[in-house]
Amino acid sequence: MAQLETGGDQGNSKQKKMNARVDFTPMVDMIMLLVTFFMLCTTLLKPQTMEIAMPSDKEDLKDEDKSQVKASEAITVIIDENNTIYYFEGKPGEDVALTPTQYGSEGIRKVLLTKNARAMAQVEALKKEYSTKEVNEKTKAEYKEKLSEIRNGKKIGADGKAIPTPTVVIKPSDKASYKNLIDVLDEMQICNIGKYVIDNFTDDDQALVDAAKGGAQ
Amino acid sequence: MGRFKVKKQDMFIDMTPMSDVMVLLLTFFMLTATFVKDEPVKVNTPGSVSEIKIPEQNLLTITVNPEGKVFLGMDSPQNMEKLANKMKDNGSLDLTPQELQVFKDVPMLGTPIDYVKGWLANENRNSMLSDAKAGIPCDSVTDELKVWVGNAREALGEGEKMRIAIKADKETSYEVIKHVMNSLRSIDENRYNLITSLAGEDK
Repeated sequence: MAQLETGGDQGNSKQKKMNARVDFTPMVDMIMLLVTFFMLCTTLLKPQTMEIAMPSDKEDLKDEDKSQVKASEAITVIIDENNTIYYFEGKPGEDVALTPTQYGSEGIRKVLLTKNARAMAQVEALKKEYSTKEVNEKTKAEYKEKLSEIRNGKKIGADGKAIPTPTVVIKPSDKASYKNLIDVLDEMQICNIGKYVIDNFTDDDQALVDAAKGGAQ
Repeated sequence: MGRFKVKKQDMFIDMTPMSDVMVLLLTFFMLTATFVKDEPVKVNTPGSVSEIKIPEQNLLTITVNPEGKVFLGMDSPQNMEKLANKMKDNGSLDLTPQELQVFKDVPMLGTPIDYVKGWLANENRNSMLSDAKAGIPCDSVTDELKVWVGNAREALGEGEKMRIAIKADKETSYEVIKHVMNSLRSIDENRYNLITSLAGEDK
């Protein structure tokens, strides 16, 4: 009797145990999906940005803030309508002719890279140097500092003089689109150019563009 | 018999701790998720290689649509309220408490200052942003953008530095961007962010 009862009890309890267990697998599946969705949402929706500092138009600028650009290191990029882009080297105002070029790696980037070859080489060396070091806050900060030093032409070369880097003057015409401007600013970043300004497009520049157009036709 | 039972039990993996963790994660991500605000003005930002993320706090966004209309938005209703109060103090815009409630929650504003009251009273104010009269005047004749930005800067105070972001469409003419930049320059705001979307190097 007793044995039978216990047997029956066991059977009952087993059944109960089975019923008490709820299968969580579908729920976990669904929650996983939701988690993935929210994870992607939070990281992907944050827009990128580029920081830009424009020169102030205040007259009381200190002399040390003003930088004189050497003619040999200056390059002017003119952005015109319909995605056309021109550049010239040297000081504006002198007798210069525009060279038409195009966006992307074959056009303006090539020009800037050759112009900035010295700095590019240094950046490569710096990247190599830091690729072997461990990544932490300190090395990151050091790397950033050195990178900006090279970009801004403050790095002291072997001969004890600062290694010059080109200065780019960007002149977008009123007909240029915002995308053109961003593209050119992007090139500055790709080509590691630290010194660039956005300047006003003047009538002289328009005359230069007209002359270049006339020459091409 | 005993062995068989044990095996059967092992087949059933207990998912409860896992689902516990999952629910925790889910709650975390749900709470931290910041959804894009419903923007009445849609812009298609150009791609760039820049990987700097945009600051989240105290951000003033200047949106410029392809037609060259300028709009302005702040990151939170609290900041919008501060802006409205500052405008009231400076006498540029006097909103009633009811109008202030509406003003707090608008995602973006973009009308000449004279029309703001009428715009706030209108039910379909978001669709009004796409008609011809919309946009904050920002040329050399009437520059109201600098009034807005200047007030916003004062409203947030010195302690919390306000960041300015310009969000313009790919097709926006540079002429308008130039006006915006000149307007910012005239109130001595020389550092700002240009919002872009991520793109590969060769695009």
